Amino acid sequence: MRTRKLAFTLAHRLAILAYIAFALFPLFWLLKVSVTPNDLLYSEGVRMWPSRATLEHYTFVIAHSAFPTFFKNSLIVAGSTAVTVTILASLAGYALSRFRFRAKYWIVALMLITQMFPLVMLVAPIFKMLSPLGLTNSLTGLVIVYTAFNVPFATFLMQSFFDGIPKDLEEAAMIDGATQFIAFRQIILPLTLPGIAATLGFVFTAAWSELLFALMLISGNDAATFPVGLLTFVSKFSVDFGQMMAAGILALIPACLFFLLIQRYLVQGLTAGAVKG
Amino acid sequence: MASIDIEGIRKSFGAFPVLHGVDLTIRDGEFIVLVGPSGCGKSTLLRMIAGLEEVTAGDIRIDGKRVNDLAPKDRDIAMVFQSYALYPHMSVADNMSYSLRLRRSTKEKIASAVSGAAAKLGLDPLLERRPRALSGGQRQRVAMGRAIVRQPKAFLFDEPLSNLDARLREQMRAEIKKLHGDLRATSIYVTHDQIEAMTLADRIVAMHGGVVQQVGSPLDLYDRPANLFVAGFIGSPGMNFFEGRYIVSGDRADLRLANGVMLPVRRMAGIESGAAATLGIRPEHVAIAGGGALEAKVDLIEPTGFGIIMHVSVHDVPLKIFTLDRAMLTPGATVRIDLPQESLHLFDEEGRRLDRPPA
Repeated sequence: MRTRKLAFTLAHRLAILAYIAFALFPLFWLLKVSVTPNDLLYSEGVRMWPSRATLEHYTFVIAHSAFPTFFKNSLIVAGSTAVTVTILASLAGYALSRFRFRAKYWIVALMLITQMFPLVMLVAPIFKMLSPLGLTNSLTGLVIVYTAFNVPFATFLMQSFFDGIPKDLEEAAMIDGATQFIAFRQIILPLTLPGIAATLGFVFTAAWSELLFALMLISGNDAATFPVGLLTFVSKFSVDFGQMMAAGILALIPACLFFLLIQRYLVQGLTAGAVKG
Repeated sequence: MASIDIEGIRKSFGAFPVLHGVDLTIRDGEFIVLVGPSGCGKSTLLRMIAGLEEVTAGDIRIDGKRVNDLAPKDRDIAMVFQSYALYPHMSVADNMSYSLRLRRSTKEKIASAVSGAAAKLGLDPLLERRPRALSGGQRQRVAMGRAIVRQPKAFLFDEPLSNLDARLREQMRAEIKKLHGDLRATSIYVTHDQIEAMTLADRIVAMHGGVVQQVGSPLDLYDRPANLFVAGFIGSPGMNFFEGRYIVSGDRADLRLANGVMLPVRRMAGIESGAAATLGIRPEHVAIAGGGALEAKVDLIEPTGFGIIMHVSVHDVPLKIFTLDRAMLTPGATVRIDLPQESLHLFDEEGRRLDRPPA
């Protein structure tokens, strides 16, 4: 009995390990290629680690490419989008969760419908709309587009978090002397921090890695975000794999930092709905 | 502290009516209990007084001032919720002082109000804790503390003891009563538990189907229930009922059961001979006597320790008897019983109480 249990635990752990290895291998390969000197990249065959590692690709990417600009642009776009969307989605989600109003059903239905279109369909019309406003080739334009696309889903996400907070709490606050808005800000919002963290994280990553609209709306290097910038490492005659991978690794850093920052709330948040009672 | 007047209050959720016109005057300092089964509209009425539900029709006045359109925060009332509704991210002290902080009271005033309430409820050692680290009874106390710190015009209680176990509920019930004795604040208490209603209330408002059935002192409702609903709802074990026809012959009157058995009753005004009627008697009023008029077969004995509840059948009509006498009876035995006339309640076909003797 004990050996069976032990064997089962072992198998279970091995399965998890296998999954992690599978999931992380591409990241490892990214790292491996980024430290492989160009002359060894094709000459050494398939090896788990190059015989000589180098940081030259990193130095080049940071010092001699437009990557710092891409990086800064991405940070601005993803950060602003995440903050804007989270604020809008919190307010909208709260309204959907707590208020009864006319056309609520239709607003929800419309928001749902926006999620059903393939984005490619919308590229041309959006370009047509933004271009006379001077919002193509601008970070502001990107923030607006990303915000518009992320608000519906984020609203549903926030609504589910608000639904999980008993109505009694804000009623108690309102009887204690708060207006509905103060009750929202002082009682409900602090309790929704996990949800806010989850929404921030979700939107930040979505905006951080978005390629399609960035590619279509941005033409010059000045306003390019890093997914677009990565493509500059692909030239007509060759692909600069080492530099591209180094840039990729660098681009992972903010996302990782961001999740490290919010993960405390995130874990609470992702499990919050599970034991609603 | 204040009086509360409720005039012709109606409430509908969409097309669905929940309250059908409630009138009630609550005197300053009075402890009123709204009691009734789930869905009778008692909580809705309480929430309307609190300002958490809109009033469909009618007026609510607190101290003579119409408050229909006033926000909850401007009504100066405190409420204790069934779920306690403590703010999870605040300490006990912060929970209790929240209302005073919203009103921008001075630090000294807040501190003295909180420590006064904490002392009253024995919360001193818990002030720095979060609600999550409290037991159910302690949370309940904090909810009460939050209500009393700011000395509101009235206290509203929405089934505050429902989530506690039986022993704690009994203890808190006594504390609430004692607290009311100290503070003499106008209180409205909603419960479905008729024991709570009986023990706490100055006056009970019994509700059913969105209509007030009877308003009166606990013993009033117990001794002279206005209708069949109140008679059946108040009291545990519940009142026994016999359905039959009210038959007058000469000077005497009887209730004739479907199986022909005649139970003698007093003559009443307001009912014709031959009309359908219901006879009620409380289990503790059924007398077990050697020379009793009726023979009863024992079906079941439920000892409560305090006394026994005996389920018997009289001519196949089930009847409960409560007696302090720990009679050694076993199911299947027969006993002779009497239904003393002075303890009988008679109700007409519509379930209204009949208690005027004929002129």
